[in-house]
Amino acid sequence: MSTDTSLRQGPDASGFFGRFGGRFVAETLMPLILELQDEYERAKQDPAFHAELETLRKDYVGRQTPLYLAERLTEALGGAKIYLKREDLNHTGAHKINNCLGQILLAKRMGKKRIIAETGAGMHGVATATVAARFGMECVIYMGSTDIHRQQPNVQRMKLLGATVIPVTSGTGTLKDAMNEALRDWVTNVDDTFYIIGTVAGPHPYPALVRDFQAVIGEETREQMLEKEGRLPDTLLACIGGGSNAMGLFHPFLDDTSVKMIGVEAGGEGLDKRHAASLKGGEPGVLHGNRTFLLQSDDGQIQDAHSISAGLDYPGIGPEHAWLHDINRVEYVAVTDDEALEGFKALCKLEGIIPALESAHAIAYVQKLAPTLPKDHIIVINLSGRGDKDMATVTEHLAAELAE
Amino acid sequence: MTTNSRMQRRFAALKDENRAALVTFTTAGDPNYEHSLNTLLGLPGAGADVIELGMPFTDPMADGAAIQLGSQRALANGQNMVKTLQMVRELRKQDQDTPLVLMGYYNPIYRYGVDTFLKEAADAGVDGLIVVDLPPEHDDELCVPAAAVGIHFIRLATPTTDAKRLPGVLANTSGFLYYVSSTGVTGAAAPTPEKVQREVEVIRAHTDIPIGVGFGIRTPEQAARIAQFADGVVVGSALVDCIAGAQTPEAGTAAVLSLVSELSSAIRTAR
Repeated sequence: MSTDTSLRQGPDASGFFGRFGGRFVAETLMPLILELQDEYERAKQDPAFHAELETLRKDYVGRQTPLYLAERLTEALGGAKIYLKREDLNHTGAHKINNCLGQILLAKRMGKKRIIAETGAGMHGVATATVAARFGMECVIYMGSTDIHRQQPNVQRMKLLGATVIPVTSGTGTLKDAMNEALRDWVTNVDDTFYIIGTVAGPHPYPALVRDFQAVIGEETREQMLEKEGRLPDTLLACIGGGSNAMGLFHPFLDDTSVKMIGVEAGGEGLDKRHAASLKGGEPGVLHGNRTFLLQSDDGQIQDAHSISAGLDYPGIGPEHAWLHDINRVEYVAVTDDEALEGFKALCKLEGIIPALESAHAIAYVQKLAPTLPKDHIIVINLSGRGDKDMATVTEHLAAELAE
Repeated sequence: MTTNSRMQRRFAALKDENRAALVTFTTAGDPNYEHSLNTLLGLPGAGADVIELGMPFTDPMADGAAIQLGSQRALANGQNMVKTLQMVRELRKQDQDTPLVLMGYYNPIYRYGVDTFLKEAADAGVDGLIVVDLPPEHDDELCVPAAAVGIHFIRLATPTTDAKRLPGVLANTSGFLYYVSSTGVTGAAAPTPEKVQREVEVIRAHTDIPIGVGFGIRTPEQAARIAQFADGVVVGSALVDCIAGAQTPEAGTAAVLSLVSELSSAIRTAR
């Protein structure tokens, strides 16, 4: 492929993917963001950085994760052949640790002693608390009070790992509000604090560096698929909140024109009701350091997202996804809370895998998609996390069925 | 940019008087349109030399609890950009001399449409803009177009703005420079006046435009101390707290204007 037509070159020097991205932050943070960018560029050129990351991925996280042929799911849907990329088998139970390891190594290089992060479902919070413990750094996690209620096991895990969990009550007490509060902490403690952003959003260089640390998902998938099938997959499928697991799977395949990619947003109660589908139901705007699609009013006020899954409950999306949507390289769809629950149940019963409610959105979409495709069509779903954390939510919604 | 704007005339006049400007911040529509307008109309008479009017936003990332809550009160009572611009027109019916700066975040302006916003703001009598999440790296978005219609873009400089960044921060700044005295959000405690004074003097060596100092200044005593060396003293959260703590909206307006009078007296006798 030629470099000038590659879709993998972004962002530009100002942090833009097309019209999306940028560095829309307060002046207080600008010097630090520029410093982070410089340090990241140096780290990318440093073999020692890559070697340490590689060792931790292998021995601490347990990579590479399997690419698993979901035979019974495939059979039940009666169409395309479905593989699951098992990010749920990572240490801490989701893809989030891939990014946290990369960022904490950057924090160490920059001499920072204190780590902060926002979390929605708690998976990023747990992964951050984990790497902070591993590297002996102080850790403060901001989490919306609504999410604290619905993701209790993860709150306890973070505390056990030595993190301080600060409940955020502003707004609706979900991921957006936690991110505001983390930004307020950062602007106050700019000297000693490293902010580990959990998704491919925020000011440049975060969308690029989180993507790069997550791209291991797609790189492994490519290698494993070539080994198993001798060819590339036809379709990649991943759920999208901020979009880090999807970007990690998609990015290494962006220049492979034969590979179709579908991002599944959280359709909540339906796109005409409360939802979290920023691309399907939002408009371009500026929030949390980047220009992207946002759920917002005509007056530019940010609207509260809704999803059964705390990890997708965010009114924005990473800027690179917004750009891929603009240029039609990736198709974005939405599935509802109810459909996600059906996907959740199907994977439990057919494959013996309890998926995270986030990942269940991708399963729900494959239930619609796979039957329409021939048996020689290969789909890879990123199974981004496991569902232990969601037992309370699922129990609540499926009370009648579980009581039988 | 005009060389004889309302803002420049005001700072020049105060320099002749050998005193600092009192710059007040309240949020448009807090606690509601009517009483927020009453407060705004009373500010020049109470002693505000420059008025900052906050454009409320759902996600004020650089603001502390006081101003977050002020924004929430305003939005809950239906404040929007159209109404905020209308407040400026109402002020201009009775006051042609007090510079007014709209302060807030970029998204409500972006969504309104930058060109439409700037035209309406200039027509309404807005003199300047402070947009927290637009650093110099994004001057093309709003700063440069604002200058083209005669609206000052007032930049924030902070303790983290080092010698390398300062020229870029100053480059397209006009009207005045807002020195944020502490890292952190609005309403946080201020550092010692001696430290702030040293930092302001460093910046003064690089620019001739007036320097206002804000963040954490709450009392007449603190304002007077800063007014000894700064060209402007910005008070925001303390005024917003007056509205939050009042039994009635009318009492909120009275409390704001009373504190503004005290701050103004203190600044007038500071040097």
